[in-house]
Amino acid sequence: MDYTILIGGEAGQGLQTIGGVLARLFSRMGYHVFSHQDYMSRVRGGHNFYQLRFGDEEISSSREKAHIIVALDLATIELHKDSLEANGIIVYDAQFIKKTFTGPEYLNVPFDKIAVENGGDKIMSNTAAIGAVLGMLRMEMTLLEEIIHKNLKKKGSDMINKNIMTAKAGYNYAVNACTQCAFSPHIQDKSGHMLIDTSQAIGVGATMSGCKFYCGYPMTPSTGVMNYIASNAHEHSIVVEQTEDEISSINMALGASYAGVRAMTGSSGGGFALMAEGVSLAGMTELPVVITLAQRPGPATGLPTRTEQGDLLFVLHAGHGEFPRVVFAPGNPDQGIHLTNKAFDLAEKYQIPAFIITDQYIADAQWTYESIDTEDLVYTDYRLRAEEGAEVEDAYKRYDFSEGPVSPLAVPGVSNRLVVVDSDEHDEDGHMIEDAETRVKMVQKRVLQKHPLIQKEIDPPLFYGNNKPDVVITGWGSTYGIIKDAITLLGKTHNIAMLHFSQIYPFPLTEKLDYLKILSGARATICVENNATGQFAYLMHAETGYKFTHNINHFDGRPFLLDGLIGEINECVRSI
Amino acid sequence: MNALDLYKGQVPAWCPGCGNLPILETLKGALAELGIRPRDITIVSGIGQAAKLPHYLKCNTFNGLHGRALPPATGIRLANHEMPVIVISGDGDCYGEGGNHLIHAIRRNINVTLLVHDNQIYGLTKGQASPTTTQGVVTKTQPFGANASELNPMSMAIGLDCSFVARGYAADTAFLKSIMKEAINHKGFALVDILQPCVTFNKLNTYKWYTERVYRLDESYNPYDRVGAFKLVVESADKIPTGIIYINNNPTFEEQIPILKEVPLVKQGFSMKDTLKELDKFF
Repeated sequence: MDYTILIGGEAGQGLQTIGGVLARLFSRMGYHVFSHQDYMSRVRGGHNFYQLRFGDEEISSSREKAHIIVALDLATIELHKDSLEANGIIVYDAQFIKKTFTGPEYLNVPFDKIAVENGGDKIMSNTAAIGAVLGMLRMEMTLLEEIIHKNLKKKGSDMINKNIMTAKAGYNYAVNACTQCAFSPHIQDKSGHMLIDTSQAIGVGATMSGCKFYCGYPMTPSTGVMNYIASNAHEHSIVVEQTEDEISSINMALGASYAGVRAMTGSSGGGFALMAEGVSLAGMTELPVVITLAQRPGPATGLPTRTEQGDLLFVLHAGHGEFPRVVFAPGNPDQGIHLTNKAFDLAEKYQIPAFIITDQYIADAQWTYESIDTEDLVYTDYRLRAEEGAEVEDAYKRYDFSEGPVSPLAVPGVSNRLVVVDSDEHDEDGHMIEDAETRVKMVQKRVLQKHPLIQKEIDPPLFYGNNKPDVVITGWGSTYGIIKDAITLLGKTHNIAMLHFSQIYPFPLTEKLDYLKILSGARATICVENNATGQFAYLMHAETGYKFTHNINHFDGRPFLLDGLIGEINECVRSI
Repeated sequence: MNALDLYKGQVPAWCPGCGNLPILETLKGALAELGIRPRDITIVSGIGQAAKLPHYLKCNTFNGLHGRALPPATGIRLANHEMPVIVISGDGDCYGEGGNHLIHAIRRNINVTLLVHDNQIYGLTKGQASPTTTQGVVTKTQPFGANASELNPMSMAIGLDCSFVARGYAADTAFLKSIMKEAINHKGFALVDILQPCVTFNKLNTYKWYTERVYRLDESYNPYDRVGAFKLVVESADKIPTGIIYINNNPTFEEQIPILKEVPLVKQGFSMKDTLKELDKFF
């Protein structure tokens, strides 16, 4: 079984609540769930939708057609009726949208009326809709009652009871009215799954990596990480500050890092562009910092709430001058946790800026897991902290050449050492210089000697599918799930495999996995990217000289969907 | 009182007669008298002639980007609120490039002492108008004269209810030192605008020009009267008051953050064990 539910409506109608509760419910029931969101840059009105897919098997992408469409407005029916599966049902409130549809695919459930009659308030119409969906699926109500109890704990028992009555009434109405509903979701004997999106995963990764300071300026789609860390601030003793602008964010994070705590900031699009000079400061001062960039389509304000992988080359080069960095692009929440942990570790170990890049699609998309292994997360404190004896302060050199490319980083005030950092080129003590000899030595230490050490830390791309593939699909970051699902389906008829890059820079060496051999052994190699110019394909060519035989590029601001991607891959394969 | 030698840094690269030189020596004196050792303090600066100061005074130093001294200073205070932080800036660095950060640092009331070396001109880039340059002054890049009205940092700070607002004069070092000490001891954001001749590029605001105009506020002046302070700094056109102009005792940013009530963030430590249940929240 593999069902898709689409909930559509105007901003402000609560479709995220409906989608969120259903996703949580299905994952608690033991199904695998995948959800993604499509929303406009407005608080009220417009057209938004929340699409969720659930089934018995692991799922990591969205399909194009829906089995159930919950239409909270007329536009949802008009825009999505053609993407209804055969035997699918559109459920709607005819009185609310002031139009009645006939035909076996339509189910009129008076959400508002049910809410008023059972809960006493139209505000509960979304609860009626959730109940109706469960009724259409003939699923059990018990877990929903539990979730209502949990979600509405603060609102009191009266509110809880009214919502439960409304949900039950919606459920019963749908059971009686939807004689044509023929859905038969298998009952799961597994225990409940966890449900998590990649913004939350990055927040978890930061929290578990000892992040003590997060600052940022709100900007879609990067705000999810800040929200998660802020919600944890008290429990895990993290200072969270909303800055006046993104220039302040990166500089404030560097101040906190200098003073001895693990610090993080994040933004999107233009907000990240404002940080570029501060990124360069991290490079020059050799201060650790972790930066998340949730990409959105540009240039300029672009499509603020939509998705694109258009900033890869910008992140690789953001900040003037030459300095080392790492760039990671998680493809799912599990990778989000692990790569955030690795970003913190490498930032601290090599005293560099480390980037985690996502996009709107992967930031908001929810995945289910039975569990995520956190045993392999690492925490090593690389800083020089408290030390007995007061006489050491003169001997310490912040940029000591004798210690190799990574000079020990002392914590001012705590370590009895004077710590001098400078955005000017500097000597070992951190004081500004202009002589050529020191400049050359410092660049060799800071840039040329560090980079190869960092490159050795980078893991190879993930290889999935046929061992001797004729066709290799390559992607990076957010396309992991969709390519993986496509390979699983296409693998039944093709010798096909995936190479997914999530540790992108320094570019992985071929020692641990000779991906160049895999690519050159295939007849078709297709690079799938959500951008117009093929930035990863460009990077691959620049780093290795390898050129893909085909490219699939989308730049409509929307994520890839499984059926469409399979069609495009088939077209490429037919052409060889 | 510590010995002044303790603070000996690199040899300054400023012009002979530069107003920065007495400010540097005065700050050393203030720190020595307050008994703050180099290892106990961090001085943060941006870019400009004034911003070179921390290299010339032994201390923990964060010499960052042009206009961006206040954000790292805020980050340092939040990570370690036991560490006194002084920001050294200039009129271009702080009132021009970094103006937005100044407004919000004042609003936050972070416990930082900001010393602005205000010479009413750009020194490092050789003589262009700064936000405090007198309107009408002709420079190489203002051929028709600086046509924007000059910023009054004092009235702006009082308008923003800045916790401590003072003005000093580089040539009146004894009074400047007492102002610096008060500013460093003040709990809350302290702005000290220090009038400072630029002997190379500012031919208008010379030692003579300032000496004819500045005067010390005496004990009869009440710095807790916000309206009176505002009147004082907008009315005196020919005379320039120096001293502590305005004080309030608003709570600091740091003391309003519950997790910083006791131990500074940097001393709180971290154990991954305490976070192992994090993923349970997602079931």
